[in-house]
Amino acid sequence: MGSGNEQFLNLTLKVWRQKNSKTAGTFETHQLTGISTDMSFLEMFDVLNEKLIHEGKDPIAFDHDCREGICGMCSMFINGRPHGPKQGITTCQLHMRSFKNGDTIIVEPWRSAAFPVIKDLSVDRTAFDRIISSGGYVSVNTGNAQDANNILIPKSAADEAFAAAACIGCGACVATCKNGSAMLFVSAKVSQLALLPQGQAERKERVLNMIAQMDAEGFGNCTNTGACEAECPKGISIENIARMNREFIGASLTTPNK
Amino acid sequence: MSKGFFKSSIGKKVIMGLTGLFLVSFLVVHVGINSLIYANDNGETFNAGAHFMAHNPLIRVMEIVLFAGLILHAVQAIILTMENKKARPVAYAMTNGAANSSWYSRSMALLGILLLMFLVVHLGNFWVPTKQALMANEEHNTFENLKVVFSQWYFVVIYLIGVFALCYHLLHGFQSAFQSLGLNHKKYTPTIKKIGIWFSIIVCLLFASMPVTMFLGIIK
Repeated sequence: MGSGNEQFLNLTLKVWRQKNSKTAGTFETHQLTGISTDMSFLEMFDVLNEKLIHEGKDPIAFDHDCREGICGMCSMFINGRPHGPKQGITTCQLHMRSFKNGDTIIVEPWRSAAFPVIKDLSVDRTAFDRIISSGGYVSVNTGNAQDANNILIPKSAADEAFAAAACIGCGACVATCKNGSAMLFVSAKVSQLALLPQGQAERKERVLNMIAQMDAEGFGNCTNTGACEAECPKGISIENIARMNREFIGASLTTPNK
Repeated sequence: MSKGFFKSSIGKKVIMGLTGLFLVSFLVVHVGINSLIYANDNGETFNAGAHFMAHNPLIRVMEIVLFAGLILHAVQAIILTMENKKARPVAYAMTNGAANSSWYSRSMALLGILLLMFLVVHLGNFWVPTKQALMANEEHNTFENLKVVFSQWYFVVIYLIGVFALCYHLLHGFQSAFQSLGLNHKKYTPTIKKIGIWFSIIVCLLFASMPVTMFLGIIK
């Protein structure tokens, strides 16, 4: 299954090891030899973990699931950037051909007060789930699915909503933001529903509740550096943040007691 | 709109944006009046402008509003920065900010501190003497004041550093304020960004030219 240009790399890996959220972590250095350039970044970790298991050592914990860039589970901060040096991909889509022989690679977990480390590179992102539970839904009555064209939606609104809905909730935006802000994530979720007719009924309540939950989780504040947008594996635009600000200001102005 | 709004992350950013844009509007007045030195008439036109600014009752009220706006902008920035530090208690061993954002967008607090330090010097140079003259019921010759300050090379250097900090603070702050206020539109945002860049450059070049031309004796 080689690419035809397969090469083998010797690498130094500095990986963050942390027992749990209560204890302080530290870097551990591993020398890797003969790593195929055709391997994905996570496969490189699989190789290392197999070696560690054979040596009777504790393998490195890291999150992963689909390994095709759609589930949002993988979450490594590689050489100072979430999901590594390439744009528009997740860590599982990063291949070792993006590195050179002799490179030192530093791998850290997402660092945020709202994402406590579970173990090593694995962090607890249930803060995102709680934000979604607070308003990232549309209440519908059960019954048969409506005919697809019952509700007419302009193409431009559908496209924008779809682009926002591409967010996989990986948390790279929080990880890379110098302020640890979750605004790109929350704004994508607010936008995808605010743009569509189905989302109108709960529109104001949604943005107020989601922002309140976001603030309660201890995420930082947006300073519009645009780092989140640049690092987002799904290319979510910070136009969504402006829309969320607009939604929030409007909802605050027009909702009694809010 | 209740207390909750102003305590929320977005509410605080709205305050930053509104006060920021208000301070921008002050810069327009400030740079406009200062540019009167280029009449190059031994400060006659400039001093007339300075006299108006020092005595007009509306301007006197706006001066208080201006200080209030500045303090609110700075206090809110301190609160936001402290919250942001708390949001990442363990720092990364390695970050590559240059890969995803401009250095000045990440350094607004640092540039703001530089500006505040510059303001202390600046107010000491000009605002305090004007107020002293006003209280003594004397006519303050602001143009002479300018000439004395800008004949000293170290003040020229301090002012150029201040203007440099202002320029980069504005380059990010101008368009960032519109984003915080939710004023974003595919049709207008590119124009807002362009205006922000040109505004920052023109205003700061004008401000920077003043100590330099006075130091070199071009303006007498």
